[in-house]
Amino acid sequence: MKLTLKIWRQENANAKGKMVTYPIDGVEGDMSFLEMLDVLNEELINKGEEPVEFDHDCREGICGACSLQINGEPHGPDKLVTTCQLHMRSFKDGDTIVIEPFRAKAFPVVKDLIVDRGAFDRIQQAGGYVSVNTSGNTIDANSIPVNKHDADDSFAAATCIGCGACVAACKNASAMLFTSAKVSQYALLPQGQVEATERVQNMVRQMDLEGFGNCSNTGACEIECPKGISLENIARMNREYMSATSKG
Amino acid sequence: MGGLIKSSVAKKFAMALSGLFLVLFLAQHFTINFTSVIAPDTFNELSHFMGTNFLVQAILQPVLIFGVCFHFIMGFVLEIHNRKARAISYVKYNGSANSSWMSRNMIYSGAVILAFLALHFYDFWVPELVHKYVQSHPEDPTRYYEETIAKFESPVRTGLYVISFIFLMLHLLHGFASSFQSVGWNNKYSKGIQGFTKAFAIIIPLGFIFIAVFHYINNL
Amino acid sequence: MSVFESKIPEGPLKDKWTKHKNDINLVNPANKRNIDVIVIGTGLAGGSAAATLAELGYNVKTFCYQDSPRRAHSIAAQGGINASKNYQGDGDSDYRLFYDTVKGGDYRSREANVYRLAEVSGNIIDQCVAQGVPFAREYGGLLDNRSFGGVLVSRTFYAKGQTGQQLLLGAYSAMNRQINRGKIQSFNRHEMMDLVLVDGKARGIIARNMVTGEIERHSAHAVVLASGGYGNVFFLSTNAMGSNVMAAWRAHRRGAYFANPCYTQIHPTCIPVSGEHQSKLTLMSESLRNDGRIWVPKKKEDAIAIREGKKKPTELSEEERDYYLERRYPAFGNLVPRDVASRAAKERCDAGFGVNKTGEAVFLDFASAIKRYGKEAAFSSGNKNASEAEIIKLGKEVVEAKYGNLFQMYQKIVDQNPYETPMMIYPAVHYTMGGLWVDYNLQTTIPGCYAAGEANFSDHGANRLGASALMQGLADGYFVLPYTIGDYLSKDIRTGKIPTDSPEFDAAEKDVKDKISKLMNASGKHSVDYYHKKLGKIMWNKCGMARNAQGLQEALDEIKELREDFWANVKVPGAAEGKNAELEKAGRVADFLELGELFAKDALHRNESCGGHFREEYQTEEGEALRDDENFKYVAAWEYKGNPRDAQLHKEELDFKNIELKTRSYK
Repeated sequence: MKLTLKIWRQENANAKGKMVTYPIDGVEGDMSFLEMLDVLNEELINKGEEPVEFDHDCREGICGACSLQINGEPHGPDKLVTTCQLHMRSFKDGDTIVIEPFRAKAFPVVKDLIVDRGAFDRIQQAGGYVSVNTSGNTIDANSIPVNKHDADDSFAAATCIGCGACVAACKNASAMLFTSAKVSQYALLPQGQVEATERVQNMVRQMDLEGFGNCSNTGACEIECPKGISLENIARMNREYMSATSKG
Repeated sequence: MGGLIKSSVAKKFAMALSGLFLVLFLAQHFTINFTSVIAPDTFNELSHFMGTNFLVQAILQPVLIFGVCFHFIMGFVLEIHNRKARAISYVKYNGSANSSWMSRNMIYSGAVILAFLALHFYDFWVPELVHKYVQSHPEDPTRYYEETIAKFESPVRTGLYVISFIFLMLHLLHGFASSFQSVGWNNKYSKGIQGFTKAFAIIIPLGFIFIAVFHYINNL
Repeated sequence: MSVFESKIPEGPLKDKWTKHKNDINLVNPANKRNIDVIVIGTGLAGGSAAATLAELGYNVKTFCYQDSPRRAHSIAAQGGINASKNYQGDGDSDYRLFYDTVKGGDYRSREANVYRLAEVSGNIIDQCVAQGVPFAREYGGLLDNRSFGGVLVSRTFYAKGQTGQQLLLGAYSAMNRQINRGKIQSFNRHEMMDLVLVDGKARGIIARNMVTGEIERHSAHAVVLASGGYGNVFFLSTNAMGSNVMAAWRAHRRGAYFANPCYTQIHPTCIPVSGEHQSKLTLMSESLRNDGRIWVPKKKEDAIAIREGKKKPTELSEEERDYYLERRYPAFGNLVPRDVASRAAKERCDAGFGVNKTGEAVFLDFASAIKRYGKEAAFSSGNKNASEAEIIKLGKEVVEAKYGNLFQMYQKIVDQNPYETPMMIYPAVHYTMGGLWVDYNLQTTIPGCYAAGEANFSDHGANRLGASALMQGLADGYFVLPYTIGDYLSKDIRTGKIPTDSPEFDAAEKDVKDKISKLMNASGKHSVDYYHKKLGKIMWNKCGMARNAQGLQEALDEIKELREDFWANVKVPGAAEGKNAELEKAGRVADFLELGELFAKDALHRNESCGGHFREEYQTEEGEALRDDENFKYVAAWEYKGNPRDAQLHKEELDFKNIELKTRSYK
């Protein structure tokens, strides 16, 4: 397969970036999207050019490092996959593929296609935890039964891999899906109840401080989320937040 | 106004509540207007009541005006903020892959509705104020029907109204359903609600279009 | 300066840990505030250690090469975490977990360490539940368990197919709490380049800021290495692309002994290699073996026909299939330990029964599980006369609930529907049992330098059982290291802050900068990946699932040659200042090129087969591993002497007082 790649190149956070066009040949359908970029980079290195930098690590769809906007969609055209799981069989010979970093003011570009998603870490540091000591003196794990549906819903929210596709897909660069998934995971478990009021307020406050946009319910985040995190989480967070605010 | 309600979630909540309030108003407005098609006398009675009742004039009307202004100003405030949240835009953005046109263009459908409101105020509200307070005409409970249908003699105005209602439909198609999500209502009933809001979003603007076209044709 | 003494406490096995905790020195809370600890790596071991140390009051600095601590490769662990809770009432106990782990490790682990691991395992589950980790539950609201390879009880706790992610997010949330309190400073996109020793004690590190390229000095009273395993020495493995041995290897070069490097686990259930471009291998949880049946065709013609696409696996009748694990190991069947399952797959494929294009794959079939579950589901829902189609539909739903995400992942990668046609699997490098030698306190031979999780060698012997890596990482991090390190730090309460302007820091920084400039200024003939792939091929072919003396000897020389070529001719584009992925890779591959040689040396010296180390010369007539307890019942700890091949061997004899050494049998 022969393809034309248009890739965002930017030396560092302060440099001005631009789109650069690279032709590539010999792409096979069994290659993952990142393996296709590996091939391009090997060619660039051999030509004495600087390879394209992109975030990636586990290459099995769980670490959340990879973060490419491919043809105008985070993680490309396939649904429920990360970029590393996107395979070239989703494209056809002669295609032009536009590859950009995830764009948001809160995700500044580090280099080329790499962005800084530290904002997500800071949102979680603001309250995404249960304040329990790790001393091992906790009560027995089975002493509080948890309704299976709640446990399953909590798990479903907790499957978020923090890749930032929700922000990248949202026309407003809103981080509501991410934040709400984290809030929901704890809101659905008895262990999370004690700090529920402060948690949702602190996390939303931090989310706003980071400069993310507002949610306008377009639903793009849910569609593009590689883990299929549901919009129900945003509704839940809104409820939690308003009830927390009314409690003061 | 964005500063008054600080958090993004609260803004969203307020946006949804004001929107829901306007939807209620729209339903009421439609009901009264529709009587102009089937029973001009009833239309006159209701219009007279709305135009002269103290409660409606002194309380509901200011609340409504506040609601309209709030919804519009907040809409623009949020839009500006949202645009700032993505300082560098994508070279290629395939929004249609993951969201509806309506949901992505609420600001435009909203702006058209705002322009329409200006026209609508110029057509009805301003003359009404002039009639009541500047010229101080004596009360005439039967004048409303004639005044209304007279407006639809012009094909241009009728056309503008029709176009505006189409945008209203687009705005409602996303906005009405979305406001339930914003206030945290997403559960097993959501499917039904979605259906209802979609039906409402299509039927009410179509009804308004029908009324405008009906009067236009009657005027021919 | 090195201290090579296991420091196993005296007394009966089950009292050792309690007694030890009572005996060791503590640091008073006010003094903890004046003590700094560096933690390298933020996976389960590093993340949990950092959180606990900070909670105890120490000032902690964490370092990870990822952009967030949450992305450490522990996140990719799928199947579950063992704990001897005996919630299922199937006779489990600390002793049984201990016994299974020692036996599974082919009697090459330290009894006291393993018992401690079993002892604290239950606590891990309590801790994680309290932190809000959403484990799978039964309808009654209590925790669910599943069973795993190599054991006869159900003791594995899980969160669908992503237990690792959920546990790591738990540890990360505990870290976040401490970051929010200001007790942890988290340095992301930072790589440890060297360990700094002052007066023979680990007193800090040199790190590279991967965004700016700056070389930074960080001092502390102790350094904890929780930097994971070295499976990427094989190039293709299930490790993350960035997983590397740099931190551990730098410590090794500074005096920490490296133990049992040849013990590598080859995981049986990975997705087979599809072509030359392949950058990594994807594992599918071993839990699949609970319900999947492994087979190849009985007749070679059928295997060939399947390879060529002329026949479909579903067309073969039961009689035409060879369920070779069930045939060879009737007691454990498809649930034999990983090393046994992997070698059996290789044996069948080498004999010509492989089922994919490359001939290196076997089937993992869910058809009978779908039927079995379908029948159960139909029966319990009151449908006693369900039709075949109904049963299969119900069965697929049950299988989807259990393994849905794994099936989906398989389908994405291979483009085949595993509900309709059997999956294809093949073994791949997955975990390294070897690592930095540590004593009972998890201290390496360098005072003040600790190693936790996969980075150390301590608990899994020559083979690790499924769902035990998560257990060990969290046990080390939450419950062992934070206490044992206090014993060492209690001597440092008057030391004060360690200065970073000492000659030792100067020298270490200079070393790092010289190394970087050497890499940047090589002749530039071949890319880093070129060397890494070559190294991987040598390792897989000569130090892989089966090894022999001749191949290992060749590997030793080939790796040395490759290393010399690398230093002369590697090509690193760009600049050392700023983000440079090629430079990062080059530094890591440079260390793999040394470790690989030590690996081969260790494998060559160990004239026996045990666990993940299978020497072709040492096997029974039936092809099972042949251990030599008389001569090799020891931990091989290697001391760095300039060249990997010159490393000096130190033996830690293993003493088995509570368990009888037997030939591992899963028949």
